[in-house]
Amino acid sequence: MSEGLFRISPGFEEVMPAEYKELVADGPCGREVGVSDLGAFKELIEEHPLCAGCSAALALRLILASLPKPEDTVIVGSTGCSSLAFTQVAVHNIHSLFGNQNAVAAGLKRALRLRFPDKVKDVVVIAGDGATVDIGLDMVMQSWFRREHITTIMLDNEVYANTGGQESGMSLRGMVLHMAPLGKRFPKVALPEIAREAGCAYVAAISPAQPKRLGRVVRRAILVAREVGPTYVQIFCPCPTNFKFRPDESLQKIKQRQKEGAFQVREYVSPEAQAFLAELEGADHEE
Amino acid sequence: MAIQRVVTPEHLFFEAEREKQFITGSEAVREAIRRANVDLAISYPITPQSESMHLVGDIYAEGYLKEYFRGESEFAVMAEVAGASMGGVRVFTATGGPGTLRAFEMFPTWAGARLPIVCTFLTRGVNSPLTIQPDTIEMAFMLDTGMLMFHAENAQDLYDMILKAFVIAEQPDVHLPVGVFADGFFVTHTREQVAVAPADLKLPPYDPYAAPVPVMDMESAPVRQMRDPFVMKSNFISYAAHASWQQEILAAQERARKYVHRYLEGLVDVEHPEAAVLVVTSGTMVSQSREAVAVARQQGLDIGLVKVKSLRPFPREEIKTLARQARTIIVPEYNRVGWLCREVKAVVEDTTKVIGGPRVFGGMTMPPEVVLAQIRRCCA
Repeated sequence: MSEGLFRISPGFEEVMPAEYKELVADGPCGREVGVSDLGAFKELIEEHPLCAGCSAALALRLILASLPKPEDTVIVGSTGCSSLAFTQVAVHNIHSLFGNQNAVAAGLKRALRLRFPDKVKDVVVIAGDGATVDIGLDMVMQSWFRREHITTIMLDNEVYANTGGQESGMSLRGMVLHMAPLGKRFPKVALPEIAREAGCAYVAAISPAQPKRLGRVVRRAILVAREVGPTYVQIFCPCPTNFKFRPDESLQKIKQRQKEGAFQVREYVSPEAQAFLAELEGADHEE
Repeated sequence: MAIQRVVTPEHLFFEAEREKQFITGSEAVREAIRRANVDLAISYPITPQSESMHLVGDIYAEGYLKEYFRGESEFAVMAEVAGASMGGVRVFTATGGPGTLRAFEMFPTWAGARLPIVCTFLTRGVNSPLTIQPDTIEMAFMLDTGMLMFHAENAQDLYDMILKAFVIAEQPDVHLPVGVFADGFFVTHTREQVAVAPADLKLPPYDPYAAPVPVMDMESAPVRQMRDPFVMKSNFISYAAHASWQQEILAAQERARKYVHRYLEGLVDVEHPEAAVLVVTSGTMVSQSREAVAVARQQGLDIGLVKVKSLRPFPREEIKTLARQARTIIVPEYNRVGWLCREVKAVVEDTTKVIGGPRVFGGMTMPPEVVLAQIRRCCA
């Protein structure tokens, strides 16, 4: 988007909602802001209808604060909790159907490359675990096989939360959930490892319990997708509503799982992406 | 890289001198796309469609399209062309039969998102046990997706309708997807003389900023749509928003009528409208019926032929008016359910005039003699 396009037409200053005016005056477009600057700029997301303590909502907030170029970013979502928040996000976003997000994103990215060959247009998929690992897995993986230049972010709450708490491929083995009345019979799908093998140039598993690292991971994923190839970020964000813990316990739950070794933060970087990031970030990127 | 000159749709369709080529229906798809200024095409194989998209791939390699690839399934392909269309480029794909059903969830979504996608459906049976043979039953399922639907009689129609579909689909007051249907094998795999415009001419490019919905390219300022999405609300405002959106799609179909008139030169072609008995049909069944009608007229029977070219919008007034003076309407079809007969019955004032059939399905051909026998019974 060209500079200054995000503005209020003359005569409409009085009637525009306050949050929109703030976004125009103090938004993140065209500025170098990130997770560390939260509170010092107007965020792309305004309120949201997700549950109290929703760590996916927190993850979404952190992702949106970490977009390297929000003024030229299009988000493709899918059906699920996260889709409910996108109507309040001030970047173009697409909800098509349940599970087809990576196919839509692949077509979109190719179209934007044709129309804007000299301009960066980032296409970022943000979808839940059901959309990514169950109903949409073929299209997710095929987009990786084809080396589409898109970033795929999974908000992994380990359950179909929006439909009331059914087992997903990302639920842990043994979890008793709707549609798994005797407990889940197979382990959590190792999608980061699958992504690495399927052609992703950069893969990370992270959580909103480490906001700065999450921000850096998202930024890296989007930058690598621009230049090198597909990238995947899996964000562990447990659901207080369906797993019945207090809204203020979400981050504790993540840390506890991490302590038990059942959730590991990890990054897989292809040699090509490594070289690209080294050049971009300088010698200290491996800290 | 192919060098082509942009001309007006009117010039390409009606004024440019045409050359006759002896080609198959699949090759007619290629020749249409060669002149359609398509940015991106996505393919997936299914009999009897596959060859048409191989040929589109060949002209991509020659430089007539900017982008082309094979997708992973029909559902994915229809999602990929949707994403590309939302990104503001002109797209094309093709499928048929089971592929149509595999992709089905996307078609109302295309219409709902107001995407001017053109898709060719080269029809075939969808029943189990497995068949790859001609049958038009998938068209019954497509009638209420919100898409515009044209039915080609032959390769000439297929060539013309595909090109014209882009122009109709992209009108700002229409902006809907168009399905161009042709009967698999009968059209795709047979060869006929097709008159085509010079290959160095092409349609004007798609202008995404003339669309009635925003292009998803972040070149216009995004708006926050609402504080709470309608999907979460059970209240009048959310129902009214969804209801008016659906009504608007139907209204856009109605607004397409004038463009179908202009470019397809009418929603129907009629031969002998004054006849006491009319055969009303579409697709290759028109060719079979035309043979039967010619023989019947030689024998002195008072019989006419109505070729339905556009199914959505449906030629409601045309058929209603024709039916008023006719004693009997015969509707032969290449499917088991008789969807065209239902459509005709829904618009005529006296449904007892409408005789459904003869019908063949599962890959059978319709000998003109069978239509003729029906004509004789109705003229008796």
